[in-house]
Amino acid sequence: MAHDRALPSDAGVPDRSELGAPLVVLDKVNKHFGALHVLQDIDLTVHRGEVVVVIGPSGSGKSTLCRSINRLETIDTGTITIDGVPVPAEGKALARMRADVGMVFQSFNLFAHKTVLENVTLGPIKAKGLKKSEAKALAMQLLERVGVANQADKLPAQLSGGQQQRVAIARALAMKPKVMLFDEPTSALDPEMINEVLDVMVSLAAEGMTMIVVTHEMGFARKAAHRVVFMDGGQVVEEAEPETFFTTPESERAQDFLSKILTH
Amino acid sequence: MDVLVDNMPSYWAGFQVTLRLTLYSGAISLALGLVLAALRVSPIRPLRGLAATYVELLRNTPLTLVFFFMILVAPQFGIIAPLGFWTAVICLSTYTAAFVAEAVRSGINSVGVGQAEASRAIGLTFGQSLGNVILPQALRSVVPPMINVFIALTKNTSVAAGFAVVELVGSGRRISQGNPGDAVVVLLGVALFYLAITIPLGAIASTVERKVAFSR
Repeated sequence: MAHDRALPSDAGVPDRSELGAPLVVLDKVNKHFGALHVLQDIDLTVHRGEVVVVIGPSGSGKSTLCRSINRLETIDTGTITIDGVPVPAEGKALARMRADVGMVFQSFNLFAHKTVLENVTLGPIKAKGLKKSEAKALAMQLLERVGVANQADKLPAQLSGGQQQRVAIARALAMKPKVMLFDEPTSALDPEMINEVLDVMVSLAAEGMTMIVVTHEMGFARKAAHRVVFMDGGQVVEEAEPETFFTTPESERAQDFLSKILTH
Repeated sequence: MDVLVDNMPSYWAGFQVTLRLTLYSGAISLALGLVLAALRVSPIRPLRGLAATYVELLRNTPLTLVFFFMILVAPQFGIIAPLGFWTAVICLSTYTAAFVAEAVRSGINSVGVGQAEASRAIGLTFGQSLGNVILPQALRSVVPPMINVFIALTKNTSVAAGFAVVELVGSGRRISQGNPGDAVVVLLGVALFYLAITIPLGAIASTVERKVAFSR
């Protein structure tokens, strides 16, 4: 499969100098799954407005890293702070924090019994207390933006994978998050639908959204990312600007990984 | 056959008691069972343990023992439960709630974990996620086992006959004592009245099932 695909919309070359203060900070984060040490002393700082692509072989811990940021996975030791506030353990405080962190899943996870519109309005109404009419207006605006407004009254199962994932992005954006997490957002999509999702992500990045993206889409990384973080065996092995990383990776493991995915 | 017609008022009185036992106990056990199921999947471990203990205790105890416990043992702890309709409702509800909780829990488990993750990820609390996302989807797979539970409840109300509540079986016993030659017909009459409750329950089930169906 071609990973270095051309992206139609032009986001311009990301410039690190525009970045703001640290927003998501992981400090010495460790996690075990039984005997498997899946996150090993992870330090990672993501600045406001920064787009970080996390890449690595399967089982490297990149998804776990992404999911630990909004505590869908708990961590054993270390700290994770978002906007200076440590991620709360449980309860209402955690729910409030999650409202500020958008998440897009590999398998979309749209609410199967609710229409597309209801999927997007549920969070703003229940978690933020928006009026139904306000939530609906906001949702329609976001659905318009991701190009699925004409599907608003359908159930998720009636949509294509690409459309579902764009609805999922709209659902996350409806909470006006400080940061967006993408956990392999295009891995479950048919090839012809990948670009329609990446286009939305590129335009989000161009607008200055802070994004942490676990993906193998190198075209996206080159186009929109400020930084690539390469993980292997539960460790951050290498961090670099996308162009540097893809052309002249330093570590042997990154070279090995890139040679494997670039041969086809 | 005359024995049925002649004793219709007795049958009718017994049927009404059985129906009320079923409706009240059904409603209370549904509410209690939902709470228990919610506790069982809650993020707080002691609550999970509490609900699990309740369910294991009640569903593994014969219903007759639950009645005996309420009437003979509970008064020693200061809980006075006299023989009668409401004591029967309490026993039937607490017992049936354990089965309701298990049916609901299996329904909750049938909803993909991704649905719960997505609802938590947009900032819904545990209760909001359960009420708005998980339970509505669990409903579809919960309806068939739940109807089984309520059919079992309908028939279990007959245990109350042994504890001074004159419901269908109690009425039937009195009628057959007065008409010893027609015992078989009398009992067939009792069975028909039970069917008058359980068959509509099954019909309601298939209607509800169709209503809550949606494609995933």
